Amino acid sequence: MAELVATQVVGGQAEERVAVATQWQLMWWRFRKHKLAVGGTIVLALFYGVALFADFFAYADPQESDAQRSLMAPQPIHWLDEGRWGPYVYALKGTRDPLTFKRVYVPDTSQKIPIRFFGRGEPYDLLGFIPTDRHLFAVEGAKTSQSLFLMGTDLLGRDLWSRLMYATRTSMTIGLVSVALSLVLGVVLGGVSGYFGGLIDTVIQRIIEILRSIPTIPLWMGLAAALPADWSVVQVYFAITIIISLIGWTELARVVRGRFISLKEEDFVMAAELVGCSKARIIFRHMVPSFVSHIIAATTLAIPAIIISETSLSFLGLGLRPPAISWGVLLQDAQNIQALVISPWLLIPAFAVIVAVLAFNFMGDGIRDAADPYL
Amino acid sequence: MLAYIVRRLLLAVLTVWAISVLSFMIIHLPPGDYVTSYIASMSASGSAVSEGEAAALREQLGLDKSITVQYAKWMGLMLQGNFGMAMEWGRPVSDVIGDRLTLTMVISVAAIIFTWALALPIGIYSAVYPYSFLDYVFTFVGFIGLAFPGFLLALIVMYVGFAWFGANVGGLFSPDFVEAPWSMAKIWDLTKHLPIPAVVLGVAGTAQLIRIMRSNLLDELRKPYVMTARARGLSEYRVIMRYPVRVALNPFVSTIGYLLPYIVSGSIIVSLVLSLPTVGPLLLKALIAQDMFLAGTIVLLLGVMTVIGTFISDLLLMWVDPRIRLGRQ
Repeated sequence: MAELVATQVVGGQAEERVAVATQWQLMWWRFRKHKLAVGGTIVLALFYGVALFADFFAYADPQESDAQRSLMAPQPIHWLDEGRWGPYVYALKGTRDPLTFKRVYVPDTSQKIPIRFFGRGEPYDLLGFIPTDRHLFAVEGAKTSQSLFLMGTDLLGRDLWSRLMYATRTSMTIGLVSVALSLVLGVVLGGVSGYFGGLIDTVIQRIIEILRSIPTIPLWMGLAAALPADWSVVQVYFAITIIISLIGWTELARVVRGRFISLKEEDFVMAAELVGCSKARIIFRHMVPSFVSHIIAATTLAIPAIIISETSLSFLGLGLRPPAISWGVLLQDAQNIQALVISPWLLIPAFAVIVAVLAFNFMGDGIRDAADPYL
Repeated sequence: MLAYIVRRLLLAVLTVWAISVLSFMIIHLPPGDYVTSYIASMSASGSAVSEGEAAALREQLGLDKSITVQYAKWMGLMLQGNFGMAMEWGRPVSDVIGDRLTLTMVISVAAIIFTWALALPIGIYSAVYPYSFLDYVFTFVGFIGLAFPGFLLALIVMYVGFAWFGANVGGLFSPDFVEAPWSMAKIWDLTKHLPIPAVVLGVAGTAQLIRIMRSNLLDELRKPYVMTARARGLSEYRVIMRYPVRVALNPFVSTIGYLLPYIVSGSIIVSLVLSLPTVGPLLLKALIAQDMFLAGTIVLLLGVMTVIGTFISDLLLMWVDPRIRLGRQ
């Protein structure tokens, strides 16, 4: 990677630029060359944008159910109105299929409902404190939640698009909260283990080995099943993050320990020791800055596993429970294969999971490559 | 060498003990016990259970003793191979899970064989021809494989099978064989049904192993001894397979210890989607019904099986790596 940066900059001036660049600048230059990583970062920025402004992107109340609108298919949007830009959808008419007596929806082509971007809809508080009623989409001349179905509805007639927006908020933040917990445990225990070595290292390593040789899902299932049924959504949310990070820290601890052990032998650490720096100064002033980038990479790579864990647990019905909305909760509806064949749009949240996990992997790989000058 | 085996064995025993305590604790975490949920389910179906009956039931099941006494009792029975009663089923636990546990292991081993058979050659190819077209293809497919949680892949496989081929691709046996006693025909039927769960379970692990093998081998190939070997005129096959692959195989083998728990763990949830007769669906039901003997035994036995698998992989590592075999580590 170092050659790559060097070949990119030609001429004396540019070389000088590399010579005086800080570690973070060098990393950023290397990271920028990793196209997939940059792409992944952009996708993640979009996802977290959705997480932050979920109520802006959603146009319907995610909990509002209506048996009349159960399992409606995603609605096609017509972008051009008589050759000119003007997105609209047809109003839907509910009728009975004369053969099966099932309720079906047919577009009423005589009635166009124009879609407006940044139109007015349900009032809400943007970021929790800015009262507004602007949404990304709204329709004119009708109630948005009754006429727009971008991704169809679920069994209870709730709008899947709006639910997906809120689910993104839950699932993407649960990854962050949980990884933060794992990070604290991993850095402290891994650092202690690597720096001090000896008996304490052996004990911590054995604990890690034991934890890693236990199949996690049965363990999580057991712990999650133990959560009292009357807990609130917020309590369950934090309990699940704790359960997941209880096992997730081991990988981070291994990375930190490995770094500590290899850095302990470095000349600059010995130099610091010889001039009489205190232990704390050696650790925080000399050792930590040289592996922060590795920690960031390992952390990024740990998040997708956490997202998958939450999704799996919620899918089983042992993680977050309705009325909480997460990708796993949405996917519970897709459990029944017959229902899935009739209404395949219930599987849409799965793609959100996959895209998010891929993006995290790409970004993490990019950071890891950029962080390691010896690659 | 003996010291190495003994140390691994001690660690395995310690792990089993930790798993037993954990699984016992988990089962005790939920408020209430089996009798509470039994009463709830009885009153839901209309028949009441008197307090005297509840107390009698508790005493009969040993639920009125302290936690440590219950644990000691449980462990004692476990060591004798008596796994207690699956309360909901009214049958011994060993009866309920025997076949299912075997099938869980059969599926897990099949998934590992699939993982290895695919990851090894692809990893070697990608390292020998890095940044080639096929390397990029494998990297891409690997990334996708890594991003798909097993149960989503299972869902999609089920959906495709159902919607496009009109076939139920779940299950491990044809309908004729589900209840049939074991026979050669039944084993053959099982073999025919194994590939789908094995692939679904193995994909993520394969992607991971390819990446490990590729980077290990790339590191090895850069070393001077490889150039020496080539300069001395060894055939390209020998240059690569004889030394660098052997060295690169070491971390590869040691990951099997982590791969096994991962796959066993994945099989639980994949089984639910593909309706495989493994311990997965049973564990979920037991946890919901708070059937502590059954759930505890499942978690414990899964853990023990995994520990045994890890131990075997340690022995394998010893066979591959002379440094361990000769007592230096």
